[in-house]
Amino acid sequence: MKRSISPIFWLMFGAGGMLAALFGPALVIITGLAVPTGLGFSPTSMDYAHAIGFARHPLGKLVLLVVISLFAWHGAERIYLTLKDMHLGPKHLLAWLSYGSAGAVTFMTATALLAIGL
Amino acid sequence: MRRPYLRPIDRHWWAKPPYLAYTLREATGIAIAAYALVLMAGVICLALGRSAYDAWLGFIASPLSLALHVIFLVAMVFHVWTWFAIMPKTMPRLIVGGRYVEPQLITRAGIAVAALASLGLLLVARWVLP
Repeated sequence: MKRSISPIFWLMFGAGGMLAALFGPALVIITGLAVPTGLGFSPTSMDYAHAIGFARHPLGKLVLLVVISLFAWHGAERIYLTLKDMHLGPKHLLAWLSYGSAGAVTFMTATALLAIGL
Repeated sequence: MRRPYLRPIDRHWWAKPPYLAYTLREATGIAIAAYALVLMAGVICLALGRSAYDAWLGFIASPLSLALHVIFLVAMVFHVWTWFAIMPKTMPRLIVGGRYVEPQLITRAGIAVAALASLGLLLVARWVLP
């Protein structure tokens, strides 16, 4: 029997969905609203010195890679299935575009984190 | 020649009830992926150096970005709700003390845990961040 690769995508979708459900609202509030406006948080808490310190720490790298890539894979799965149901193109093309984008996001984030170094 | 009957389907079925609810739920995936892109841009700018990262910080504080993040936040909260509303259907039936646990109870418990997790992260960040 030909094995399907889709359980792997489902696993990433589920992990990203759970991560987003548990911490997504807080993450968006912190990085996108509270820190930039200084509401309840100091605007300097994400400045270059603090950010580079966070990204140089192995745990910081792990957090960034896990959050960014799992969110991307979660979104890719939903976007792929919706585009497929809307019949917007051949199935394989849509799959390559959506999963490919999530793969590219994972690769580029990992590369950037490696380039930042320890 | 085989000519199967294909029931005609409205091209815009996904924009009409009852399918609209599902479309909106799936659309939260776009917001979550877009948020990942914003963060990825930040990490790449960080790797490129101080001036690139400061430019990203400038974008993050712009009205466009703030409006985007308000949309992301609404989508995230909607995602929390739909995620746990579906959960009783995607997990094996839970039996406690010989009785099936009510689906609504699983949904409510999930939303409560999510609210606590997000609140906890906010408090920890408030405490840890300078």
